[in-house]
Amino acid sequence: MSLLDVKNLCVDFNTDQGTVHAVRDISFTVGESESVGIVGESGSGKSVSMYAVMGLLASNGAIRGGSISYGGEEITETAFANHKAYEARMSRLRGNEMSMIFQDPMTFLNPVLKIGSQITEVIRNHNKVSDAEARARAITLMGQVGIPSPERRLNQYPHEFSGGMRQRIIIAIALANHPRLVIADEPTTALDVTIQAQVLDVIKEMKEKLSSSVIMITHDLGVVASFCDRIIIMYGGKIVETGSAREIFYEPKHPYTAGLLKCVHNPEKKEKLTPIAGSPPDLLMPPAGCPFVDRCPDAMKICKLKMPEMEQYSKTHQSACWLSEAARRKGEQHG
Amino acid sequence: MAEHENKTAVATTASQGQEPPMISVEHVKTYFDVTKGLFSPKQIVKAVDDVSFIIGEKETYGLVGESGCGKSTLGRTMVQIHPVTGGRILYRGKDVDKLRGAERKKFTREVQMIFQDPYASLNPRMTVGEIIKEPMEIHKMYDSAKEREERAAELLKMVGLKPDHIRRYPHEFSGGQRQRISIARTLSLNPCFIVCDEPISALDVSIQAQIINLLKEIQDELGISYLFVAHDLSMVEYISDRIGVMYLGHLVEEGTADEVYGSPLHPYTKALLSAIPVPDPDAAEKRKRIHLAGELPTPINPPPGCPFKGRCPIATEECGKARPELKDYNGHKAACIHI
Repeated sequence: MSLLDVKNLCVDFNTDQGTVHAVRDISFTVGESESVGIVGESGSGKSVSMYAVMGLLASNGAIRGGSISYGGEEITETAFANHKAYEARMSRLRGNEMSMIFQDPMTFLNPVLKIGSQITEVIRNHNKVSDAEARARAITLMGQVGIPSPERRLNQYPHEFSGGMRQRIIIAIALANHPRLVIADEPTTALDVTIQAQVLDVIKEMKEKLSSSVIMITHDLGVVASFCDRIIIMYGGKIVETGSAREIFYEPKHPYTAGLLKCVHNPEKKEKLTPIAGSPPDLLMPPAGCPFVDRCPDAMKICKLKMPEMEQYSKTHQSACWLSEAARRKGEQHG
Repeated sequence: MAEHENKTAVATTASQGQEPPMISVEHVKTYFDVTKGLFSPKQIVKAVDDVSFIIGEKETYGLVGESGCGKSTLGRTMVQIHPVTGGRILYRGKDVDKLRGAERKKFTREVQMIFQDPYASLNPRMTVGEIIKEPMEIHKMYDSAKEREERAAELLKMVGLKPDHIRRYPHEFSGGQRQRISIARTLSLNPCFIVCDEPISALDVSIQAQIINLLKEIQDELGISYLFVAHDLSMVEYISDRIGVMYLGHLVEEGTADEVYGSPLHPYTKALLSAIPVPDPDAAEKRKRIHLAGELPTPINPPPGCPFKGRCPIATEECGKARPELKDYNGHKAACIHI
């Protein structure tokens, strides 16, 4: 059974300009101790869908449909008697069973509290432990994520740490209670490549040690190539393709995935960059058909009118595009 | 010491033949005084410390390094946003610090900059047309407002926007489109040299490639030289002819893009390149990473010797004694005593 099962999730935001349909009918699962990458551009709905899972949507956002189940338990708000019951359950889960690593440690950490009390807070919130015990656990955690001389640094404030070290603290807080599911929202985007490599190593190591599942939200194809077992590609609030890392990188089926791969330069291959023309759709008025239609080089008439169904290519590989249907019909005519 | 520096500076200019290079950076230092209070010990941030290189006509020079290595400061020093603390910058053989009157005006017109954040670099109260025309008005280019308007429309077309966007405001555009607007503004002055300070790092992957290709097209068409400052190493390799690698204010390696990426000499460059995440699962599995311990040290009163010695996997006692010189290995330069 899968650890996280999201079905037909829809998320809307009310803004001054109207309703933004940020996530539109997405379904996916995450298995036990699996690492899944969610790749997409800004505004593709990749972060919003995960915030919805965690119950951390901004006040103007709401889940408009679908269900989320975690370890077989329904955790959509509608499954609870009232909002209070939902919040009570979620605050037991968050930071304990499932946790999140955020992009910007400086907005996540409280600047006027010592690092030590910020780590022990999450331990003490979910466990009945003494001060000394929580402290000892915090020191072990800091050592595990690679912070030198943790006993001394426990008493320091966030501004006394560098960017990479702050990100390690965020990881320590996220992993404090050995969660089964960790959602990492662009954990290395603000870091330099050398530090990024260090931080990814720490996440990988901790994941293996705790055998947790990790969902990595990113726009960097390089990061998911080395980190993830399975990759979900999102565009315009929809999942357009999902598959194993090899299937996505070597046999992309959706024109957006293929286009995205041509947009990144691989120093080991000398290929010319081919950008995707245009820009992502306006989700105030999402297109009826495929969200990629305006930028797709091979768009047909039907692409504008109707969203294609997910088509299965292998056990893990799925993609939603009319072109494969068209190719098949053509094949039938000739055959 | 100063005299010696001047001599080598003259020598590098002379060795290039009669025609001086477009930009020549000679032993440039940019220091910032960050001393707190009147009586505390003096604290100097040596953001750029004795860096020299040359950029030729129609050339793209990429500058890479971790944040805090001084690459952006150097770019800003080259367009005179920061004054030089030592050394000099020559533009077509002339010291830019000593330019006055018409010559200075010419320099400020021909040397331009594209900034990182297209949300902060465009005035939200001005229309796109006003933004693009402003530099032309300041430099009194073209005779009439109508001509400037025509030129602005032409520039918009050139950067891939529609001429009728001229009356819109920046907030109506996406990040990539805004970066196109700032490129159009820069081009309005017919520059010869543009400092691009992380022009793509605020943009989405699919938009980054659009902007990079646009910059390349513009270069082919107008023959502009670029200084391309970025931390995205693979994009720098793609766009640059030659690349300089900076570490803690120093240039530690320089060579053509192929030399630096294909056969890096300096241990820092090797480690930096091995940390790039490759968008290819098989290659990612195979490649060997050089693990760099720790982070970039502070550039406040740095210790003597090689700036990289604290994190270097092959450092010896020798490295702490003197700062290694940038040595020439058939045009490919590196500053390390262990090569």
